Amino acid sequence: MGANQTAMQQHVQPILEMRDITKTFPGVKALTDVNLTVMPAEIHAVVGENGAGKSTLMKVLSGVYPSGTYDGAIHFEGQERHFRKISDSEDIGIIIIHQELALVPLLSIAENIFLGHETARNGVINWFEAFTRTRELLKKVGLEEHPNTLITNIGTGKQQLVEIAKALNKKVKLLILDEPTSSLNEKDSNALLELLKGFKAQGITSILITHKLNEVMKVADRITVIRDGKTIDTMDVHSGEVNEDRIIKAMVGRDLSERYPPRIPQIGDTLLEVKNWSVYHPQHADRQVIKGVNLKVRAGEVVGIAGLMGAGRTEFAMSLFGRAYGTKITGEVFMHGKPVDVSTIPRAKEAGLAYVTEDRKTFGLVLIDHIKHNVTLANLDGVSERGVVNDIREIGVASKYRKDLGIRSSSIYQATVNLSGGNQQKVVLSKWLFSEPEVLILDEPTRGIDVGAKYEIYGIINQLAAEGKAVIVISSEMPELLGISDRIYVMNEGKFVAEMPAREASQEKIMRAIMKSWGT
Amino acid sequence: MTDIAAKAERPSIMTFVKANIRDYALLLSLAAIMVFFQITTKGILFTPLNMTNIILQNSYIVIMALGMLLIIVAGHIDLSVGFLSGFIGAIAGVLMVTNPLWPADLKMGTVPAVIICLSVGTAIGAFQGWFVARFRIPAFIVTLAGMLVYRGLMIAMLSGRNLGPFPESFQALSNGYVPDFLAFMAPQGINMFALVVGAIVTFLIIWSNWKARVLEQAHGMAEEPMELFYARNVLIAAAFLAFSWIMANHRGLPNVLITMFALVALFMFITTRTTFGRRVYAMGGNEKAARLSGLNTERITIAIFAIMGALSALAGLVYAARLNSAQPKAGAGLELDVIAACFIGGAAVTGGVGKITGVVIGAFIMGVMNNGMGIMGIGIDWQQVIKGAVLMLAVFLDVYFKNKP
Repeated sequence: MGANQTAMQQHVQPILEMRDITKTFPGVKALTDVNLTVMPAEIHAVVGENGAGKSTLMKVLSGVYPSGTYDGAIHFEGQERHFRKISDSEDIGIIIIHQELALVPLLSIAENIFLGHETARNGVINWFEAFTRTRELLKKVGLEEHPNTLITNIGTGKQQLVEIAKALNKKVKLLILDEPTSSLNEKDSNALLELLKGFKAQGITSILITHKLNEVMKVADRITVIRDGKTIDTMDVHSGEVNEDRIIKAMVGRDLSERYPPRIPQIGDTLLEVKNWSVYHPQHADRQVIKGVNLKVRAGEVVGIAGLMGAGRTEFAMSLFGRAYGTKITGEVFMHGKPVDVSTIPRAKEAGLAYVTEDRKTFGLVLIDHIKHNVTLANLDGVSERGVVNDIREIGVASKYRKDLGIRSSSIYQATVNLSGGNQQKVVLSKWLFSEPEVLILDEPTRGIDVGAKYEIYGIINQLAAEGKAVIVISSEMPELLGISDRIYVMNEGKFVAEMPAREASQEKIMRAIMKSWGT
Repeated sequence: MTDIAAKAERPSIMTFVKANIRDYALLLSLAAIMVFFQITTKGILFTPLNMTNIILQNSYIVIMALGMLLIIVAGHIDLSVGFLSGFIGAIAGVLMVTNPLWPADLKMGTVPAVIICLSVGTAIGAFQGWFVARFRIPAFIVTLAGMLVYRGLMIAMLSGRNLGPFPESFQALSNGYVPDFLAFMAPQGINMFALVVGAIVTFLIIWSNWKARVLEQAHGMAEEPMELFYARNVLIAAAFLAFSWIMANHRGLPNVLITMFALVALFMFITTRTTFGRRVYAMGGNEKAARLSGLNTERITIAIFAIMGALSALAGLVYAARLNSAQPKAGAGLELDVIAACFIGGAAVTGGVGKITGVVIGAFIMGVMNNGMGIMGIGIDWQQVIKGAVLMLAVFLDVYFKNKP
């Protein structure tokens, strides 16, 4: 029997083979002869910088771009396939779960899972059956929620699991997850990755598209790296020769010996001081979100705020920035030792604060508008006289930031919606740099952007600190905080629970501070 | 990907036209519609008398459409403008005309009455805007409620009857013409002032287009091919000169045309050059981002509704002056023509997109169709059907070209 098994393994057919896929958009070659081979019951990671072509490849696979609009062949379970629409690929068990979840918030879990495939006879839904089957599916993904719970009432992590349950209902053979953990905290991420391993044991194949290399190393069997629309390498994780540095090198095409640019801190006097800052939830006014936070930042200093999702970091930053979040806000704010009024956003700007949002698409950019208009939006007075915009000066400002920050675009008249994540982030940064703040609060400044752009953003942060500005960085990526900060505050449950110089800090120390503080 | 785009050579004429298909299609549609009705009305459309009529009939639509564009760009809508204009007309009537139903005979002069009417319109608009901005009630609901209220108030004030006539100085608002200061220069029957103003305006438009182009070239921006630029400007010049020639052959420039022109110029300036205009577009494009950038979105919302109220009031006065009476049916359904003009002109329902030039052309597409179909003797019933179809077609083409890669 042992011999038999070996023989079988040698002849095992790939479940999916994408051969020489080339996809061209007007003027742009998005994919060039890309090859992807996925074996049955493996977890296959597809990694690459933003704009490398990962999403395009998955859209080719799922039939979003119908057969005939690209060159090359797709073989699934040994047969050549031509998908004309998404349902063609879904019908044979290829299910994609997108970054932006496709759930209806005001419908229940059960309704969402069976949306479009209702357990109905002649159009009349059998709720009892839907209910029972939802229970079974939820159990498989480790959710204990009631099937009648509305989607809007469960967290993003659980919503992700509902999506997966929905995929299971469709008899999934190949599950494709596009950045599944980008909005999850560490605990939920781990649970999700464990779930993938469980599926693997049941024979379900997964393709995992992600930026987070530590996750790749944790669960993937093989890794395909895509760069500039081409397959660079496929690595076998179990060969023992794969590490994060090797993957990064393949992704960016250059050696990133230093992931964080070097900086010699020159720290001056205290610039911003916040005393006893308290904030309540905007809808549930009895729930205190921020509980007496004290913070100090000096000129030329980069201060990190570490914490898990929901620790209150964004809420703290936004409430400080002109009460953009929360109610019943109390506390004192000092700039250069003098009390300042930050009760509205214009006043907070006047006081010298700037807040760069974690959610650039919702809160950062006017996506339909171009770079020039976005850059000057927070400081229109800086390019106008008596309410009339000076076009020449505005062009000058936008061009300067485009050049200084390296915003890769056809011109300052490119709509920001067409920029990659990293370049969008640079536009938002430009906007706030042009408002000439003394203190910049950067909320997840490198979320969802690729390794190369991250390095550039770190360079900009260093430059700001060198100019004597105070920079506060909120980040969920602890290595990043350790790499760029001078000092780190650890936040949990709305309080600062620890403060440490970055030199003495480590991921373990930060986690320990969080764990120790639960419930105190 | 972006690098490739940056390296792309300068666009050929065809690719440029394709990229800006919306703007060209709009102008061509207006031209086509004019030619069509010129033929079907057997040449009546372009007669001096009829052109003057088109201007007078459309002035209030254009005036309100300017404000409506700001509202739509900001992501809102105002359904109340029609009846608000009627209501203001009724107020004007009560203030100026001897009225047996009212205890006191006010007999107010034109100037104070106009000032009061414009102020009331502005205040009402601001009040509506305050509900929208402060309490976040959808503008659709606020202005729907307003529509019913103003309609009721209008009928109540007039007790369901017409009120007129107005003093002559008030009638001049709509029916007056700018006197021909330059009559000594020319033969009888030709209004020299209209010709000279036409020439000056034409020159100013071409000159500012040229200046904008020089500026664009200096900064190496993606640009219109030279041939198209010349062709476009020659057409604009021809259209304006021909128009002033036609007007010169009738009674010259109507007062309302001057008002309309001044307002169009003012709103083009506001939307393209001022920080206020920029903020309205930013707010409509992404309100959350605009607010977090420090824009006072509440104040901007109140301001655009106040402007809309003022323009509705002005339109109501022009309308009343034209009919020479305040009528209890005044303004009914005007809001639909105004909103249609904006959407035909390329404004987006989602906000953040729209141009004054587009809206003016949109308003004239509606106006020329109304006028042409009227001359042809098409009944009001079929006119509605055709106008509805044109609106649907315009928006359909807009969406179709936008989704095409």
